[in-house]
Amino acid sequence: MIRFVLNGSERAVDVDGDTPLLWVIRDELKLTGTKFGCGIASCGACTVYVDGAPVRACQTFAGDVEGTRITTIEGLFSRESEAVRAAWRELDVPQCGYCQSGQIMSAAALLADTPKPTDADIDAAMYGIVCRCATYHRIRAGIHRAAEILEG
Amino acid sequence: MYPMKLQPTEAPRATRRDFLKFTALAGAGLIIGVRLGGGSARAAAGDGPNFTPFIRIDTDSTVTVFSKHLDKGQGSATGLATLVAEELDATWVQTKVEFAPANLELYKNLLFGIQGTGGSTAIANSFEQYRRAGATARVMLIQAASKRWGVPESEITVSLGRVRHGTGKSATFGELAELAAWTSVPEAVTLKTPDRWVYIGKSFPRVDTYNKTIGAPDTFGMDLQLEDMLVAVLARPPKWGGTVRSVDATETRKVRGVVDVLQIPQGVVVLAKSTWPAIKGRDRLKIDWDFSQAETRSTSDLEAEYRLLAQRAGIPFRNDGDAGAALSGAAQVVEGTYVFPYLAHAPMEPIDITILFEDDRATLWTGSQLQTVDQNVAAAVLGIEPKDVAIHTLWAGGSFGRRAIYDSHYAGEAAAIARAWGRPQPIKLVYTREDDIRGGYYRPMYVHRVRAGVDADGKLTGWHHRVVGQSLMMGTAFEAFAVHDGVDDSSVEGLKDATYAIPNFRGEVHNTSVKVPVLWWRSVGHTHTAYAMETMIDRAARAAGRDPLEFRLELLAGDARKTGVLKLVAEKASWGAPPAEGRWRGIAVQKSFNTYVAEIAEVSRRANGTFRVEKVWCAVDCGVPVNPDNIRAQMEGGIGYGLGAILRNQITLTDGAVDQDNFDSYEPLRIDDMPDIEVHIVPSGDPPTGAGEPGVPPIGPAVANAIFAATGEMPQELPLTRGGLA
Repeated sequence: MIRFVLNGSERAVDVDGDTPLLWVIRDELKLTGTKFGCGIASCGACTVYVDGAPVRACQTFAGDVEGTRITTIEGLFSRESEAVRAAWRELDVPQCGYCQSGQIMSAAALLADTPKPTDADIDAAMYGIVCRCATYHRIRAGIHRAAEILEG
Repeated sequence: MYPMKLQPTEAPRATRRDFLKFTALAGAGLIIGVRLGGGSARAAAGDGPNFTPFIRIDTDSTVTVFSKHLDKGQGSATGLATLVAEELDATWVQTKVEFAPANLELYKNLLFGIQGTGGSTAIANSFEQYRRAGATARVMLIQAASKRWGVPESEITVSLGRVRHGTGKSATFGELAELAAWTSVPEAVTLKTPDRWVYIGKSFPRVDTYNKTIGAPDTFGMDLQLEDMLVAVLARPPKWGGTVRSVDATETRKVRGVVDVLQIPQGVVVLAKSTWPAIKGRDRLKIDWDFSQAETRSTSDLEAEYRLLAQRAGIPFRNDGDAGAALSGAAQVVEGTYVFPYLAHAPMEPIDITILFEDDRATLWTGSQLQTVDQNVAAAVLGIEPKDVAIHTLWAGGSFGRRAIYDSHYAGEAAAIARAWGRPQPIKLVYTREDDIRGGYYRPMYVHRVRAGVDADGKLTGWHHRVVGQSLMMGTAFEAFAVHDGVDDSSVEGLKDATYAIPNFRGEVHNTSVKVPVLWWRSVGHTHTAYAMETMIDRAARAAGRDPLEFRLELLAGDARKTGVLKLVAEKASWGAPPAEGRWRGIAVQKSFNTYVAEIAEVSRRANGTFRVEKVWCAVDCGVPVNPDNIRAQMEGGIGYGLGAILRNQITLTDGAVDQDNFDSYEPLRIDDMPDIEVHIVPSGDPPTGAGEPGVPPIGPAVANAIFAATGEMPQELPLTRGGLA
């Protein structure tokens, strides 16, 4: 059994250690907000936090998360995340929405580190999160708007 | 198609399943399905509570709009809700959307004749239908209020989700819904005049944004989790036309969680208790493929063949005047040979479909884009009637054409797997990204050869255009619809109907035969025709010594909507003023799906010689803008989608096998590639046309024309990485 804390609750799963965390979260624990996009850490749709840091769940393995604290989109709740969500709703950022869990996880992490990001900061932090609908224009605007909201 | 009143008989208690069954039986009937307390529906055949097949009003006043169209991000669900809320005078918060079940008669696309979404038609074909549905429900609520209050209908008003009478009487929709459902369906309704619109033309927020910001469950097909469900992953032949000679699944069967390995006509299926063991199990299959009938050419072979064909006469698709004579007599002839690669759609959500086959009935859960085709294909494989295939349409994580498949190969695969497994157990077929990128159904590869003649006065007098590539429609159920005298309109759209005043225009097409399955890709033929035409216009303008905008405006003098978007975009971008040092601009215009879009791209050049697109101005005329903010979003997204493709996307083959397999080798547009974008919408009272696709075609040629302005060389081979330009 592999044990960790998921969104504040202790969980134990009986899977092979080489199982990607992505599939542990989606198929074993049935939290499907974390998306499967590429399986090679190239699109960021599966972004979750392990011990507070954003990682690609498709290239993080069950055997490596014993004893960690994992946060998914379903458990994401912070000043930054709620500012991002408010901005996303205000600007209607998502189109198909399939990548947006990864976008929001990454944007909230960026704002926690860098409360007033520049366009260059945004490009650097969000580079790895692919949106095939190309909502990038609004993602950028949404992060600036969230920064404004955080400033009060 | 209005309305057949179903007389009330005794009202049986009915389940939601019966409501769906009823809608399947109702033919052209007008139904208002009113769900009563406790979640039961009373809309079984003949029992009367009929609004329309598009609206249900619950006793809690929730207005549910049944979307006959798939929303894969383009915002049509919000658009249809807007149309209903407008005529029903509902509030936005009480208005919800659910996808309609598969039912050809009730939910067909009025422009297709089948139930399906595509061609940027969702709002265009529904504009009157969904407004009429809203207006019908509104009249029935008024009838109910009139009956309950004993006052004339003419004295009753509806606004913001309340029905009122001057005496102070007032009721919610929910309070009247049950009674309303038993009133007669009006024979005719009057729609609001545009000056009274409250919703149309205002940008009400999308109905799906909230769920998409919380990772809500059961949104996408990929997320479906059903009890006792198996996951299937399919090993398909690595070359088209290949077959399985033998398979050794020994190592696969050792993977914990693998349930079975089955062979079906399409390949070898690994069935597992969850997704990862299925993927891992497939990696361990040892399959000996028979490639004796397979496609084994490389794209370099195809390109050489296509280039040769482009030198020879093809099947004519347009012949105005005498292009040959005009070109021989021209003072200058500019010539271009263009190469367009195969393109994958690569939606963020790879294809998935869940099937349950039991007792001669099948149920599909998927982001179904052509429900009628999905039903027919699954039914044929399972040996049942299409009506016995129910579809739960789910939100799709993008499509760009990929889910509207003429042969619905994914439903066919799912059905073959269900049949081979033979147990009444839900099975989710999952495509990995590799399956998606290598899976075919690409935008076809094309070669164009174009010659344009300019006379001594700088007039464009002759145009000879050859298109070489696979037809999308030939050999499909859509052939009769789109192929005439050997010409597939979708190969030459944008050229056949080009409105430039060129007195001598000859167009020819060669339909090639390759085993690579091809499919429409966001904006279909315009993905390549706009690029060839609009870049050749710039080259002709340069030969004539003319400004590209002025040259276009003169040649398009008879096309007011094209010149309208050109003038608007030019004004917004201050086209007449020279760009800043180190910046270059290009302009392009295309009409596609009855929508007119002009774009100006401004580029800069990096030290390594590659270009970055810094800013794009876009002007769009799509008739009445039902939701302007969504139209802006579709233009922004269309620009990004088209830009990613022309910068660096291509599918290539080596000896028939695809060279790319994931986002590392088919690198999508990323945030740092995204230009700043300004979208301007032409005010219009014309019927609404499409928005999902028309933003795409002009971006490629606008960028190419900007590069042409910078370098004097027109990029003719895509993607731009081929010429070291991106």
